[in-house]
Amino acid sequence: MKLSPEVKAALHEPATDTEAALLERTWARPRGLAGWLASTDHKEIGRRFVVTAFAFFLLGGVLAALMRLQLSRPELGLLDPDLYNQVFSMHGATMMFLFAVPVMEAMGVYLVPLMIGTRNLAFPRLAAFGYYIYLFGGVMIYVAFAFDTGIETGWFSNVPLAGPEFSPGKRTDFYAQLITFTALSAMVEAVNLIVTILKLRAPGMTLNRMPLFVWAMLVTSFMIVFAMPTVATGSAMLMLDRLVSTQFFNPAEGGDALLWQHLFWFFGHPEVYIIFLPATGMVSAMLVPFTRRAIVGYTPVVLALIATAFAGFGLWVHHMFAAGLPKLGQSFFTAASMLIAIPSGTQIFCWLATLWMGRLRFTTPLLFVLGFLFTFVMGGLTGVMLAAVPFNLQVHDTYFVVAHFHYVLIGGAIFPLFGAFYYWFPKTYGRMLSERLGRWNFALMFAGFQLTFFPMHILGLHGMPRRVYTYPAETGWGGLSLLASIGAGVLGLSVLLFLINVLLALRRPRENPANPWHADGLEWSTTSPPPACNYADLPVVRGRYALWTKGEPTVVTGLRRDRMFVLVTHVLDAQPDHKREMPAPSLWPLLAALATTALFIATIFTPWGVVWGLIPVFVTLVGWFWPKQDES
Amino acid sequence: MKTLHKLDVSELPEYAFGHRSIMWWGTMGIVLIEGTMFVALLGTYYYLRSQSTGWPPESPPPDLWFGTINTVILLASCVPNHLYKKAAEREDLRGVRIWLVVAVLFALAFVAIRVFEFRTLNCRWSDNAYASTIWTLLGFHTAHLVTDLLDTLVLTVLMFTGPLKGRRFVDVAENGMYWYFVVWAWLPIYATIYLVSRGGGV
Repeated sequence: MKLSPEVKAALHEPATDTEAALLERTWARPRGLAGWLASTDHKEIGRRFVVTAFAFFLLGGVLAALMRLQLSRPELGLLDPDLYNQVFSMHGATMMFLFAVPVMEAMGVYLVPLMIGTRNLAFPRLAAFGYYIYLFGGVMIYVAFAFDTGIETGWFSNVPLAGPEFSPGKRTDFYAQLITFTALSAMVEAVNLIVTILKLRAPGMTLNRMPLFVWAMLVTSFMIVFAMPTVATGSAMLMLDRLVSTQFFNPAEGGDALLWQHLFWFFGHPEVYIIFLPATGMVSAMLVPFTRRAIVGYTPVVLALIATAFAGFGLWVHHMFAAGLPKLGQSFFTAASMLIAIPSGTQIFCWLATLWMGRLRFTTPLLFVLGFLFTFVMGGLTGVMLAAVPFNLQVHDTYFVVAHFHYVLIGGAIFPLFGAFYYWFPKTYGRMLSERLGRWNFALMFAGFQLTFFPMHILGLHGMPRRVYTYPAETGWGGLSLLASIGAGVLGLSVLLFLINVLLALRRPRENPANPWHADGLEWSTTSPPPACNYADLPVVRGRYALWTKGEPTVVTGLRRDRMFVLVTHVLDAQPDHKREMPAPSLWPLLAALATTALFIATIFTPWGVVWGLIPVFVTLVGWFWPKQDES
Repeated sequence: MKTLHKLDVSELPEYAFGHRSIMWWGTMGIVLIEGTMFVALLGTYYYLRSQSTGWPPESPPPDLWFGTINTVILLASCVPNHLYKKAAEREDLRGVRIWLVVAVLFALAFVAIRVFEFRTLNCRWSDNAYASTIWTLLGFHTAHLVTDLLDTLVLTVLMFTGPLKGRRFVDVAENGMYWYFVVWAWLPIYATIYLVSRGGGV
C-alpha cells in the first residue's frame, strides 16, 4: 500500500488529533463478542488476567476460611478428613499456581509495555494464548473439585503419597495437569515479557534507566524460564508413572521417591522468589512518588534482584532437610539459605533509606508498603531460623512453617500487591479508589493477618502438625487456634472492603486523571485509561524517572499510523533499530488454547489423548501463523 | 503543531535478521525452556544411575547401529540447514526453496530411522526406572524433531505458495536456528543413551 504525499509528510510530525484518531482506529480490536475473544491488547489481556487471578484468590480464601472454621475448636466435624485433604491441597495449589504467580505476570503484562513506552507486548497473540491456557487450567481443576476429584496430596504432592499406589483414582492426575497448564502459561508469558523488555523499550531507556518494576519482571521472567521446565518435567513423569506404568518414582524398580522432591523443589523454591521479586518491584515503584525522591541505591537494588535470582536456585534442598540427605549437602544448603538474606536485606535497607530521606505522603499504597516491610522482615527472620538444620527438624511439618511462609508470601507479595492495586487502579479504570476505605482495608488486613498467623508460630513450637483435620482438646491448642480463626475472619473482612471499594469506584463517573499521584513513571504520561495504542506519539526517555527528568520532551515520529507498527530497539542502549508490524487481533490463540486444553484433559484418561489431541493443536497453530493475504 | 523535539525513524527498515529481530529472542526463549527440560531429564538419568547397583539394571544396553547412523544424518542435516538459513538471510527465494526441501528430506530420514531406534532399545518403558528414563529421553527428543519437521514443512509450503514478504525470511532463518538446537541437544542424549549405558554403574 502506497502512502499519499500528505500522509507521508504528516508521518514526520507528532500526531494531530485526526492522526491520533486514525492511530486509535488502527489499534482498536473489532467490536462484539468475537472481537472481545480475539483481543491481543496487552491492557485488555492484563486486566482479564488480574481479575481472573483475583477470582481464584477469593476461591482460595474461601477454602482457607473453611479450614479455619474446622480448626477453630477441637474435634469439630464440619469437614471430614478426605474433604479436608482436598480443601488444604486446593487452597495451596490455588494460591501458588492460580493466584500468586499468574497475578504477578498479569501485572507485568498490563504494566510493562506502558512503563517502557511501547504499544504492545512483543508477541501479542502468545499473550492471549497464555491467558486462555491459564484460565482453562484453573476452570478444569475447580470442575474436577466440584466432582469430588480435587487435589488431595498437597500442593507439592510428594511421592509415594501421590503415586499410583496411595493415590488411586484421577485426583492426582488432575493435579499433574494443573501444573502443566500453569507452567505452560507462565513460560510463554515469561518469554513474552523478556523479549518485550529487551527489545521494545522506548529510545533512550537504557538498561541503566529502566524502571525497577521492569527490572523485577525481567529477572522474574528469567527465573520462570529456568524453574518451570523442571516441575513440568516432573509432573509429566508423575503422570507417566500413574498412567502408563513407568517406574521413575518406584523404588522397587530402580526408581527414587526423592527424585520427585528434587525436581519439584528445584522449581518450588525459586517459585517463592518468582512471587516475591515482582512485589519488590512494585514497592520500589510506589516508594518514589510517596517519598517524593529517587530510590536510594538504584544499582544495589538491581544487583540484589539479580543476586536473589541466582541464589534462589541454590537452596531447594532446605525443603528436604527431613528427607535424610548427606550432612555435607545439608550444611551447604543451610549456608545458601542464609546467604539469600543478604540481597533481600540490601533491598530492605535501600527502601528504609528512601523512606528516611524522603518527604512522606501517607497514602494507602504507602501504608501497604510499610505493612509489607514489617511483615516480610518477620517472615525473613523465621526463614533464617528455618535454614538451620536442627531447628528445621524440630519444627518440620508444624504450624511454625505455615506461619513462616504466610509471613513471607502474604507479607512479601499480598501487601505490595494490594498497594499496587490502589496505586495503578486510577491508571486502569480512570477513577481513584476511596482513600478512606483504603485505610480501613489496610488496617483490617494488617491486624487480621497478624492475628491469624502470629499464633501459628507458637502452635508450631507447641508441636501442632500442619495438615491435620482436627486435634484433641487435651493438646491445649484450642485457644490459639480460635484466635487464628478470628483473625482469618478479620482478614476476610478486609478483602470484602477492598471489593466494595472497587465496586463503588466503578459506579462513579470517570475522572480520568492522567497522573493523580504526581508520579515519575512513563505510564503516568498517557491518559487514564490509556488508549488502545498506549501513546499517540511514542516517547523518548532521557532519565530514570521519566516524568521528573528536566528538559524538552522528545517524541518518535515516522511510524505509520494506518498499520500496527512498533519500534524495535537495541538491547543495552535502546537505540532505534527497526520498525515492526504487529499481528492483528485473532481468534486463533483461543482456538489453539482450546485444542491444547482438550489434549491435556484427554491425556488424564488415555495416553492416546496425546496422539489424537495433537492434530487439532497442529491445525490451530498453522492457522495462527499462516500470514494474511494482504502481505504480498 | 506541538513544539516537541522529534526522533524520526521513517528511514529504518521493517525487519532485521539475527539478534536484532524479536523472533530470534523468542526462539532463544523456547530453546532455554526446552533445554532446561532436557537437562532435567538427563539429570534424572544420572541421578537414578548414581542410586543404582547395576546399570543398565536388567537388560543389555541399546544397540549402537541405528542411533549412530541417525547421529551422522543429524549432523549432516546441518549442511542444508546452514544453506537455507544463509539463503534466507540473502532473501534468495530459490535457494531457500531448494535447501528447505533437502532439509525436510533429511528430517524425514531421521524420523524413519528413529522408529528402529525405539525398537532396539532392548527394554520396555515399564520394565524399570532406567528403561522409563531412556524411553522418555528418546521420546522427548522425537517430539522436538517432529515439531520442527512440521514447522519446516509448513514454511516450505509457504515459500512455494505465498503470501510472502521479506519478514518471512526471518522466520525461515529462525527455524534454522531452532534446528541447530534439536541437533546439539541430541549429542548429549546420544552419548547418554548409547555410550554411558555401556559403561556400567557407578
